[in-house]
Amino acid sequence: MATSPRELTQNPLKKIWMPCKNGFPEKHTSQRKVCMTNCPTLIVTVGLPARGKTYISKKLTRYLNWIGVSTKEFNVGQYRRECVKIYKSFEFFRPDNEEGLKIRKQCAASALNDVRTYLSEGGQVAVFDATNTTRERRDTIMKFADLNGYKVFFVELVCDDPEVIASNIVQVKLGSPDYTDCNTDEAVEDFMKRIKCYENSYETLDEIKDRDLSYIKIMEVGSRYLVNRVLDHIQSRIVYYLMNIHIAPRSIYLCRHGESELNVKGKIGGDSGLSARGKLFAKCLGKFIQEQNIKDLKVWTSQMKRTIQTAEALGVPYEQWKALNEIDAGVCEEMMYEEIQDHYPLEFALRDQDKYRYRYPKGESYEDLVQRLEPVIMELERQENVLVICHQAVMRCLLAYFLDKTAEELPYLKCPLHTVLKLTPVAYGEICCETQLESIHC
Amino acid sequence: MDMLKATMSQDKTELTQTPLQKIWVPGMSTQMLRRRGSSVPQFTNSPTVIVMVGLPARGKTYISKKLTRYLNWIGVPTKVFNVGQYRRDAVKSYKNFEFFRPDNEEAMKIRKACAVTALHDVNAYLTQEQGQVAVFDATNTTRDRRELILSFAKENGYKVFFVESICDDPDIIAANITQVKLTSPDYEDCDREEALEDFLKRIECYKTNYLPLDDEQDRSLSYIKIFNVGSRYLVNHVLDHIQSRIVYYLMNIHVTPRSIYLCRHGESELNLMGRIGGDSGLSAHGSKFARALASFIQEQSIKDLKVWTSHMKRTIQTAEALGVPYEQWKALNEIDAGVCEEMMYEEIQQHYPEEFALRDQDKYRYRYPKGESYEDLVQRLEPVIMELERQENVLVICHQAVMRCLLAYFLDKSAEELPYLNCPLHSVLKLTPVAYGCEVESIFLNVEAVNTHRDKPVNVDVSRESEEALDTVPAHV
Repeated sequence: MATSPRELTQNPLKKIWMPCKNGFPEKHTSQRKVCMTNCPTLIVTVGLPARGKTYISKKLTRYLNWIGVSTKEFNVGQYRRECVKIYKSFEFFRPDNEEGLKIRKQCAASALNDVRTYLSEGGQVAVFDATNTTRERRDTIMKFADLNGYKVFFVELVCDDPEVIASNIVQVKLGSPDYTDCNTDEAVEDFMKRIKCYENSYETLDEIKDRDLSYIKIMEVGSRYLVNRVLDHIQSRIVYYLMNIHIAPRSIYLCRHGESELNVKGKIGGDSGLSARGKLFAKCLGKFIQEQNIKDLKVWTSQMKRTIQTAEALGVPYEQWKALNEIDAGVCEEMMYEEIQDHYPLEFALRDQDKYRYRYPKGESYEDLVQRLEPVIMELERQENVLVICHQAVMRCLLAYFLDKTAEELPYLKCPLHTVLKLTPVAYGEICCETQLESIHC
Repeated sequence: MDMLKATMSQDKTELTQTPLQKIWVPGMSTQMLRRRGSSVPQFTNSPTVIVMVGLPARGKTYISKKLTRYLNWIGVPTKVFNVGQYRRDAVKSYKNFEFFRPDNEEAMKIRKACAVTALHDVNAYLTQEQGQVAVFDATNTTRDRRELILSFAKENGYKVFFVESICDDPDIIAANITQVKLTSPDYEDCDREEALEDFLKRIECYKTNYLPLDDEQDRSLSYIKIFNVGSRYLVNHVLDHIQSRIVYYLMNIHVTPRSIYLCRHGESELNLMGRIGGDSGLSAHGSKFARALASFIQEQSIKDLKVWTSHMKRTIQTAEALGVPYEQWKALNEIDAGVCEEMMYEEIQQHYPEEFALRDQDKYRYRYPKGESYEDLVQRLEPVIMELERQENVLVICHQAVMRCLLAYFLDKSAEELPYLNCPLHSVLKLTPVAYGCEVESIFLNVEAVNTHRDKPVNVDVSRESEEALDTVPAHV
């Protein structure tokens, strides 16, 4: 059935070649890098309270959205709080509390309903965050998924270490809306009784009984994993990600290279060296890092002169990543914005229309950058204390990952020169602390 | 006084760019080069010994060889040490399974000696031959043997990562035996029935003393347990980056029979002019090839074929002729020749004679100014390889340098050979995994095209004459 090839036209924004008819683009099967999944995926968390399910749900959702897979989490506890306005005590969760059970079942059903809406309106992955500790509940979910043509992937968190559980409770439960009017001791006591309510009916994913399900069981806070029946690309990426994250306390420092000679001239891109002010910044950065007294700090740079010169001033070993190179502005490299407006007014306008997806002619887009940076993010997750000396567009992408910014916000995040951002994980997210090194005398 | 000090103190930010790889390094001249530049961060501090564990015919050697091939391709020097090979070298001719009986003291001594010799060679590889990973391929089914290896590793400061393959499916085991054991040197003079019977008895010899890695007793060890060819995995204590990459790789490979088809786009307009790079469309012959490719693919009657292209016009035009859905991968784009984009080799020689010579000196690591190297390409293509491992039947329509990188992965070619692999226009390579390697079938679709292959010239010195540099440039319009 060899047909004569359809005419191609290059989409002006993304510079993607697409078949066209009479000059108009025709429907094209897929422009994504790879078909992540043909049908939507429902990720289902499993585990007793305070095992880290919500932590994992939120982090995984953040990662998937960043790499371009539309994901949303549905926390059943949240539905319960909206339904039962005021939380009295653990008694609500007693297995013999019929009233409570009815409400909880309704909340789960309501959440699943919203899952269905989300996945039919363009969502690709839904994370169903609840204890889901009984086989009965999981069967209900699987029937629902079957009916709607979703793939199901379970993420079970098993932890028996009382210290870890106590630490989780302190970190996230005490601050929960459920316990606003309690003191610490009351809250902890109630929560422990709450966990007890689930323990008797807890049916862990079983090697034999659940052999046909797709799941990952995370044990002992991530030193051990059981992975069963990974079905497709997205599940494989999810498993890889979950196996690389850790909860050891640490900080990530992000900054740009010092001011460069091209920065001074108002030109973008290129591979110029530091200006005098840039060199001064590098010295200040060295002092700042020393004062911070960071344990086993790793330093990463791009392969461009200006980040390496900056790192050199620190006097410590550093690793060069090509993946951290600034966005390639293609034909606009080393131009001033005025020159781009002069020579490529259409391009300039298109960029402002959709800065995330816009690809420079013979260059890259922010969307391309994110793909390029994914291995950097994966390694950042594995590492502990790291200082990343990079570039404006690159830093925006990394920051968007940590601070859960959308594709629309990402290209406009503020990443000024000579400013160090310190990111520290806390509860379900990251705290960002900014230090402007210009104002420090050194 | 301070000003004097300032001018005398060395400007620590003085950098030079290495001419070959275009890596910025500290120093006024590259003579003082101490750091070896690389486009990839070096993640290993101590060498790693991967230790296989499992009864015979569980796929240990298959995994060892495949993993080694992958690690070498991504730039981690790796070597397999197959103890069975050492045994064959020590005990010239194999009689029968009795050699492996647990009560055969003479044989036990020999087998232990072989393991020790192999470990000795592992040591030499990791300390004197710049190896980073050694794969110790043997059954290692007893705790004693594993203790021996762990002590050895500890003594030498190596990390240990175990890969245990557990399989109780008799069909899979029988298939393994048929595929690789019956043709082993051990069974040269036997007929199939004899060989099969003997090998099954051999497996029995190991079973009595087999102690799999234990959840409790071995909880502090780093390992992955693979159950039934990958339907389930148990991963324990992954210590570092390389172990994490190994686990990811092992979890993505499969043994389902399939074929991978590699070809380049049809001849392009720039090809005709002898120009490299760019984003031109197909020539008349190129379009003809696209149609021939469509017929070929149809004739092959491939089940559930996926088609992948790059983001460049010429591969997409080629795919369009097939009339089937295809996926575009930016990662499959041709190598970026930077300032040399769309030049003829003659023009490169004219404008950048030094660059041209450097490229011939080390074509794998050479990075075009403002462009890429083959080494960069491999990094870029790693996710493509990972997805190819996950997939089944795939046709990849790509470009010369890209195809060389992919081919080098499948055919285990070194960094030196890779940039000179022959990937002519209008030929399809059909790769089918078989036993421990890959069968290659080359199919020329009978549509003429220019030759774009430039062999390494004899003289690669920067001081060479133009004629010497252009000696191997293929003909063009």
